[in-house]
Amino acid sequence: MTYDVAIVGAGITGAAIARELSRYRLKVLLLEKEAEPAFGVSKSNSGIIHAGTQNPPTSVKAWLCVEGNRLLRGGLAADLGLHFVQCGQLIVVFDLKDLPELEKIKKEGADLGIKGLELVDRAWLAGHEPNLGPEVKAALYVPTAGIISPYRFVYALVENAVKNGVELKTSRRVTAIRRPAGGGFELEAGGEVYRSRFLVNAAGLFADEVSALAGAPTFKITPRKGEEYLLDKKREHIANHIIFPLPSKNSKGILIIKTSDGNPMIGPTAHDSGDKTDLSTTDDGLAEVLAGARRMMPSISKGDIIAYFAGLRPVSGKDFIIRHEDAAPGLVNAAGIQSPGLTSAPAIAVMVADLLRKHGLALEAKADFHRTRPRTVHLFQVPPEETRRLVKKDPAYGDIVCRCELVSAQEIRDAVRRGAATLDGIKFRTRAQAGRCHGGFCTTRIIKIMQEELGFPVTAITKRGPGSELIKDERK
Amino acid sequence: MGGGPAGMAAALAARAAGVQDILLLERDQHLGGILNQCIHPGFGLHHFKEELTGPEYADRFVRLLKEEQGIEVSLRSFVVKLTPGREISYFRPGALEEVRARAVILATGCRERTREMIQIPGSRPAGIYPAGLAQKMVNMEGWIPGREAVIVGSGDIGLIMARRMALEGVKVKGVVEIQKTSRGLVRNVVQCLEDFGIPLYFRHRISRIHGADRVEKVDVVRVDDNLKDIPGSGFEVPCDTVLVSVGLIPENELLEMAGGEIDRAANTPVAAGVNLTSVPGVFACGNACKVYDLVDWVTRDSALAGRMAAEYLEKK
Repeated sequence: MTYDVAIVGAGITGAAIARELSRYRLKVLLLEKEAEPAFGVSKSNSGIIHAGTQNPPTSVKAWLCVEGNRLLRGGLAADLGLHFVQCGQLIVVFDLKDLPELEKIKKEGADLGIKGLELVDRAWLAGHEPNLGPEVKAALYVPTAGIISPYRFVYALVENAVKNGVELKTSRRVTAIRRPAGGGFELEAGGEVYRSRFLVNAAGLFADEVSALAGAPTFKITPRKGEEYLLDKKREHIANHIIFPLPSKNSKGILIIKTSDGNPMIGPTAHDSGDKTDLSTTDDGLAEVLAGARRMMPSISKGDIIAYFAGLRPVSGKDFIIRHEDAAPGLVNAAGIQSPGLTSAPAIAVMVADLLRKHGLALEAKADFHRTRPRTVHLFQVPPEETRRLVKKDPAYGDIVCRCELVSAQEIRDAVRRGAATLDGIKFRTRAQAGRCHGGFCTTRIIKIMQEELGFPVTAITKRGPGSELIKDERK
Repeated sequence: MGGGPAGMAAALAARAAGVQDILLLERDQHLGGILNQCIHPGFGLHHFKEELTGPEYADRFVRLLKEEQGIEVSLRSFVVKLTPGREISYFRPGALEEVRARAVILATGCRERTREMIQIPGSRPAGIYPAGLAQKMVNMEGWIPGREAVIVGSGDIGLIMARRMALEGVKVKGVVEIQKTSRGLVRNVVQCLEDFGIPLYFRHRISRIHGADRVEKVDVVRVDDNLKDIPGSGFEVPCDTVLVSVGLIPENELLEMAGGEIDRAANTPVAAGVNLTSVPGVFACGNACKVYDLVDWVTRDSALAGRMAAEYLEKK
């Protein structure tokens, strides 16, 4: 069987492309090397839906970001049942001499069509963001920025794509790509061979290698490490907006990030790394992040930190690489998707579909495209009245498994039924194990629910896929 | 709140002191708390003048509670809200309940400090567990987490788990302790390590965890009295499991929610004396009040908390 399109990589970019292509009468294959979608670059995303400011005004990503933001706010988030919060962002300065910098960001943003940008002074900040420190002198207020769960964004897109006929295959690392004489592609992945007419490369950190395998060694990906530090949910209301300093050459700086799940985050650092697997955190990174965050908000303390992780941005030059490769006809690359990739993904997907069409793929709309996906239940987001109704309807919503983040047995079951197959997959979907005790209390309970739902022996349950088994033996 | 040794002792003592209507909320499906997973002996030497296992010690109190008409026990009940006016919301399967109490005793115990809190650099593979979680896996579920283990920290749970894993045939390669002495009881160092030939490395730390999917090995290095690494002293230990036993943190999130003052370093209530909090009518006992090394003292002090609550209600 030959697919019309094979997509390599089920991170945010590949997931958005799969969902976009699922509108049309096409056979689409989505290949992921990890055990579940969102386990690569996307799992370390900050979850910011950027407005489109702080990008070079003539870049592709500036425009895609503004468009992605518009699509999400204009109905996509609601269609996918996602909890999107338009909290707005502040870009702060510590010296009034830097006001022209803010004016410049404001002008560039307004030229891109970003609405509502406004310079605000100390008095405004005292009323709207009272925990800002005395060093902060003024800010640019960007009302169209917001926050979302990056994992659930990916899972929602993948679920909706699969509902619309896309085939998802996980634990399929692409190891070889051939281009038969008659055109198209033959991919070797996870011991299988897949044929497709078109190939979309959304392989994140490994996009350069996949492009080279397909015959287009046209760019190189350099990982840029970002360390992030997660604060206790008790600090949920420390900030009302996402707070940025003025951007530096390589990044948007150390931020204070509200998250849609409640736990604020501080970070990320931005340091180029030679190693695509190096996800270690460092003492220097912690010091840098704490200093940066505390300059904006001095009440943040090291004791607030409950978890930390590092992610790698797939960097290739200053802009995204979204193009058809003439060296390998039928290959479309969506590569170098660093920040603001999460926001841009829906717009990247439209752009990729258009590139495929221009190179000969017929896009005929399906009559029975399912545009919406039902919202998943998360008790920590639900008001008491609705909680009461849920618990009455289904008693397992009242059976709390994760006490730090308030996750019920029913939510764990729902996650497994929607595709979670690993402990990390449960964590990213539900937040169980993501709180202050790191699964100390709930891990055994979650494993038992997974066993019941999946029918696996306990020794087959993994943290994040084959090789990461949690239990080696059972007592006789 | 909490049906472990502290909550059970407090409830029984409050009842004995004349409190009429007591609700004991326990999140698990059994009373007894962490005692249920402590299947080793050594409990009760002071309180009962005999040596019991954890479940045996708990069972003595569970039986007394069963006979007590004035104490309503609600299992699988998880408190999500406590207000300064002592309004309580709790989940149980099928319901979200709301009650108001004239006095509240928090007996919520501790959680374990984790790998995240001591910042061990390196990767995040499977096979790294808080020692208490490993204890629950082995003793409650019959799951053996690994085959070759290294234990970080010489607290009592780590020492007891070193022995427990050895008894299950796991090769315990050593206990790594950054301090000069053990944080645990002397009897545990002797009975759990020395008797099993398990090495204890004082003034050492794990400097890195290796392994992409599952732990493969750890780097261990000796440190000086300022806890700085001593160059050239490092060695590797191949293992598939790291158990972390680096202390306990009292769980006082409900007290904090009720506006109680908390010592941010120890996560304990700030108050004038044992079992007290800064919120009138709200008491905290057992490991929520301070970390105890023996359950016998938890029982003694928590019974006092029950009497203190009774006295508070009489004065009102």
